[in-house]
Amino acid sequence: MIGKALRRKAPRTGVDWFLTVMRVAALTVVAVGLLAFIAQEIDTNNPFARWANPDATGLTRAQFQGLIVSGVAQGAMYGLIALGYSMVYGVLGFINFAHGEVFMVGAMTGMITSTKLADAGMWESNFIGSLVLIVFVSVIVCALTAVIMERVAYRPLRGSPRLIPLITSIGVSFFLQNVSLVLLGPAAKAYPDVPDWVKSKHTFLEIEGAKILVIVVAAASMVCLWYVVERTKSGKAMRAVAEDAEIAALMGINVNRTIVKVFALGGAMAGMAGILWGILFRSVVHTTGFLPGIKAFSAAVVGGIGHLGGAMTGGLSIGVAESVGPLLILEPLGVSGVSQLRDAVAFAVLIGVLLLRPNGLFGERLPSEDRT
Amino acid sequence: MSEAHLEPDAAATNSEDHPATPLLEMRSVNAHYGAVHALIDVDLAIYEGELVCLLGGNASGKSTTLKTLLGMLKPTSGEVVLDGEVVNDQPTSYRVARGVTMVPENRRLFKRLTVRENLDLGAYLRTDSDQIAADMERVFELFPRVKERLNQKAGTLSGGEQQMVAIGRALMSNPRVLLMDEPSMGLAPALVQQNFELIQQIHRAGMTVFMVEQNANMALSIADRGWVLQTGRVVLDDTAQNLLAHPDLQASYLGTAEQQ
Repeated sequence: MIGKALRRKAPRTGVDWFLTVMRVAALTVVAVGLLAFIAQEIDTNNPFARWANPDATGLTRAQFQGLIVSGVAQGAMYGLIALGYSMVYGVLGFINFAHGEVFMVGAMTGMITSTKLADAGMWESNFIGSLVLIVFVSVIVCALTAVIMERVAYRPLRGSPRLIPLITSIGVSFFLQNVSLVLLGPAAKAYPDVPDWVKSKHTFLEIEGAKILVIVVAAASMVCLWYVVERTKSGKAMRAVAEDAEIAALMGINVNRTIVKVFALGGAMAGMAGILWGILFRSVVHTTGFLPGIKAFSAAVVGGIGHLGGAMTGGLSIGVAESVGPLLILEPLGVSGVSQLRDAVAFAVLIGVLLLRPNGLFGERLPSEDRT
Repeated sequence: MSEAHLEPDAAATNSEDHPATPLLEMRSVNAHYGAVHALIDVDLAIYEGELVCLLGGNASGKSTTLKTLLGMLKPTSGEVVLDGEVVNDQPTSYRVARGVTMVPENRRLFKRLTVRENLDLGAYLRTDSDQIAADMERVFELFPRVKERLNQKAGTLSGGEQQMVAIGRALMSNPRVLLMDEPSMGLAPALVQQNFELIQQIHRAGMTVFMVEQNANMALSIADRGWVLQTGRVVLDDTAQNLLAHPDLQASYLGTAEQQ
């Protein structure tokens, strides 16, 4: 046993030293930024706050709360999209980069349906009813898109080297973007006006109705998904296929059908996120799926890809970090124009987490053949 | 080792003992992996209530035989017959539903799932929930340890416990014949002993068992009959006692298979 323990301790290489330096640097930036923020919150004139940023003003309680809530709302959407990346990775072992585009299809479907409903007058008279209706349509359309994508683009490539479906997924992504461009044109399209109670802030913690709506609906969807995956027979089959498809087939599980179900579920979650995006930002273009898609992918990796709880946590972490991070850490450090650095912060979180936990927050150690 | 040593009357005695239709049978099956001819005119017959073994070294075609029996690999010619029905074109799930199950090599449990979920998955194709519950009780009777670990993740169990869950999972499909792929592979000697005891135990409980093994002495000590496979061909087909006493088996095969 002693021999085993000794052998496990590999000699430190240059790469290890470099990683350690990077880890320390990342933690230092976060720590100093946070300290400077705390300093400027306590007293704008104290020397530490002044040293870091002469123009420091600090945040009011309400501002801080607002940032957190926006972050959670945005993060909940990233989490919903991330579930699709994570589930597909779980069963097939490749990243479906077209998943962000499925989200865009959901937002577009929501836009088209809600405009139709607004024309018919139902959007104003019965907002909740219309919302349920557009969610229903969008979830179905997205699930179908994902299933067709699997059938046409990925199934024929099953068993080929991992890089091939990955590159195919990038192709599918461009295809979906261009279909949307051709059908709906390049201009940004707006969702119809939402009722006042959605737009205005509510007495409850001064939160906008839309954000409450997004957080509640996202949480409900995640609970549904969790129930399906953890408590139903199909869910058990999905987890079995994710772990060992060959043995799952030996149990009599239809592996192809299970994979289709995984794509459908992931697509449904993306469709849900698309509607929430529309309600929150009320504008959608054919490129809408790109950045949220990449961030959701980062969220899935941050949480530990293949782990559903991880995808949700990763989504929330990235959402909150990109919302709060610039003002909490970067501004006190004296960085200028911080409000434009949201995306940089989101991906810095990805790099930071991978530096400290290479398998993500909840990820298990991958077997060596998976690390290529 | 050549086929010349195969005594023709031994094979004949074998089939005379079993006038009934075999439960699972391979009739002059040929199978290929691409250009590799993995099985060459393989004939096997497994009868109800038997404990039989298929012996052979690495790359002799043992795993291929199992894959062909289970429908994971289609034979290029010949027939796989399950209880009198030719099942060449039927998928694995069809065969599992009709009573063929395998305990895979190295157990291959779903390690991230609980023991209960593993057992449930064994009964995936069944809908008779009362009978499933009864079968689960039967597994607990055979392996009381499994019941204690029911809500634990399968990956946290010890090797011996995992082996019990693997056999239990297979039994949950209510099989008529249990195929076992290398039950002694990758296990400590004490566990190998325990494992063979488990196999005898379920066999005594009435299960038909077909095991594929490299450890010929061990397998033949509990089996009724056996076959020896060499580069895709059945070279010996005899009762366990005769095989153990066979000069060729002792000389060439056991010499390399015995590790201790």
